Amino acid sequence: MLDIKNLKVTVDGKAILNGLNLNVGPGEVHAIMGPNGSGKSTLANVIAGRDGYEVTNGSVTFMGNDLLSMAPEDRAREGVFLAFQYPVEIPGVANIALLKEGLNAARRHRGETELDALDFLKLVREKLKLVEMKEEFLYRSVNEGFSGGEKKRNEIFQMAMLEPSLAVLDETDSGLDIDALKTVAGGVNALRSEDRSIILVTHYQRLLDYIVPDRVHVLAGGRILRSGDKQLALDLEERGYGWIDTVAA
Amino acid sequence: MNTAIKELGELVGREYKEGFVTDIEAETLPPGLDESVIRFLSGKKSEPDFVLQWRLEAFHRWQAMECPEWAHVHYDPIDFQAISYYSAPKRDEDRPRSLDEVDPKLLETYNKLGIPLEEQKALAGVAVDAVFDSVSVATTFKDKLAEVGVIFCPLSEAMVNHPELVQEYLGSVVPPSDNFYAALNSAVFTEGSFVYVPKGVRCPMELSTYFRINALNTGQFERTLIIADEGSYVSYLEGCTAPMRDENQLHAAVVELVAMKDAEIKYSTVQNWYPGDEEGRGGIYNFVTKRGACRGDNAKISWTQVETGSAITWKYPSVLLEGNHSTGEFYSVALTNNCQQADTGTKMVHIGEHTSSTIISKGISAGRGQNAYRGLVKVLKGAKEARNYSQCDSLLMGDRCGAHTFPYLEVKNPTATIEHEATTSKIGEDQMFYCRQRGLSEEDAVSMIVNGFCKEVFRELPMEFAVEAQKLLGISLEGAVG
Repeated sequence: MLDIKNLKVTVDGKAILNGLNLNVGPGEVHAIMGPNGSGKSTLANVIAGRDGYEVTNGSVTFMGNDLLSMAPEDRAREGVFLAFQYPVEIPGVANIALLKEGLNAARRHRGETELDALDFLKLVREKLKLVEMKEEFLYRSVNEGFSGGEKKRNEIFQMAMLEPSLAVLDETDSGLDIDALKTVAGGVNALRSEDRSIILVTHYQRLLDYIVPDRVHVLAGGRILRSGDKQLALDLEERGYGWIDTVAA
Repeated sequence: MNTAIKELGELVGREYKEGFVTDIEAETLPPGLDESVIRFLSGKKSEPDFVLQWRLEAFHRWQAMECPEWAHVHYDPIDFQAISYYSAPKRDEDRPRSLDEVDPKLLETYNKLGIPLEEQKALAGVAVDAVFDSVSVATTFKDKLAEVGVIFCPLSEAMVNHPELVQEYLGSVVPPSDNFYAALNSAVFTEGSFVYVPKGVRCPMELSTYFRINALNTGQFERTLIIADEGSYVSYLEGCTAPMRDENQLHAAVVELVAMKDAEIKYSTVQNWYPGDEEGRGGIYNFVTKRGACRGDNAKISWTQVETGSAITWKYPSVLLEGNHSTGEFYSVALTNNCQQADTGTKMVHIGEHTSSTIISKGISAGRGQNAYRGLVKVLKGAKEARNYSQCDSLLMGDRCGAHTFPYLEVKNPTATIEHEATTSKIGEDQMFYCRQRGLSEEDAVSMIVNGFCKEVFRELPMEFAVEAQKLLGISLEGAVG
């Protein structure tokens, strides 16, 4: 699904990723953990194609295509989804309007017909249940005045609507209380499937109690220092990130 | 970040799509302005003598006035003797009675603009009084309006057929001495609309006029007068586009609205005149005086405008709140791109008791565009319990444009409640990225964000107009986003 080789990225001339390798197969859930400033969010943004990140070396291949040569919207239409750490507010634009545009853009891209209003609404109602959101959410402006939990649930709702092949969840657990965390995790678990890969970028092990990953990677200094199964996350929780540094050295 | 701004620049830099010129022979006065020109204009329309005298008096006042320079706009001085003050499609004597008789080239022009009259008649139920240069060429739905007693005709016709109404109200809201351009307009106005809605009548359809400037070097000086008698209601739509030209074209219109007791006037404008090229060459100078008077108690006047065109826009649709409990509203979207300059806003003058006003202004600047909001809220001594709410939001696209806000407040009565809110935001790279990550193209993302920003204004527009306005905004920003 996703194959990252020797990825080197700089931001404003400063090296952030220093030769990162990562391979995520179809249906797998990978957790990327690491201390602040280790390059976790940079990785998420580079996959999605955000401006301001310069790839100086390496490759990112997504379903056989060179992801780095594609515009952000083309990546999205090909099935790459990023759940934002800080979902942005867009005043005056209804949630449902953005979703409809996005969904239909992807359908056109795949050579499918656009959904008509009725089918769209049917789909929307079905997916709302996943994240326990009320229908009124659809008509509010995108993320405007949403609580932290509502914003994150909205991200998962959008993911459910767009049905990506690869979803990158950037610190989706940050700022969530335990109930919201459970709801969000429930939504993500419901979206796990054999043909969908998920990358969880997180600082804490807590999220992984609810979304159990197939693989856990520890990122530090712009490289993956260690990979393992979910036990690695538990060890980390117990010993702290300092432990990794000593092990790696 | 720089690439984003550059890309925005490419998006906004699209060419003006309405740039074409219809080749119709025009009968045009040589450039220059003196009394003989005014006599010619007045004679051309067979105006009553009181109108000619009124024009001449305005002309003499204008001669003594100086061109105002206080607005936040910059341009070379205008040579008023280099402008021709009359141009009309030929065959003036033989005006068409129906669309079938209209010059096919003219219809073609409208079709290119996407405003086919036939379709509008059939679909929208809109009565159209189309102004092509200086003479009306098509008026529709007159019969239906006449049934309920609504008069909707060119102002020149009203001067002949309803001189008593014209004499009573012409210049009663915007007197000729009001300002330099109002005085000029009073002297040389050539066309415009006249509307009278009798007592208790709700006008059965939206009234609409499309203005268009077509002949080279010809200033247009429309004058529109709308009177809503007691307990009546009327909604008036004004929209304009112009063909591409190299010379700057002066446009100095005057619009006067009079709302009597319990009457309501809703005046909506979508303005898309040629803004000049990317370097600011050409383009229309749009210096307009628009003012309404709420003459009676509970009267209401609402201005809604979407300004995307013109090289320079200078206008302040205003309301004089004379009647007690009368209401004034101003909803505005002004967009400046490339080298466009706009200084626009409103004046709300609270005179009666318990009067209220609302101002919602949305300024969008892209390219090197300069956008200024200038608003005055004035509460006179007798205006007990007056209320005003003002909200001025600016949206910047790229880093070479500017937004300026000049709110003026004059409150002479301590019981007034005044609220003012202002925000300035930039179309964020993060908003753009968010939309694109959801699959939207760059252009669609910009269009969606900008339309969201303008939503509070667009929802005040009649449906068909709102759609047109959104399209216009999209076209105006194509090639400009960052």
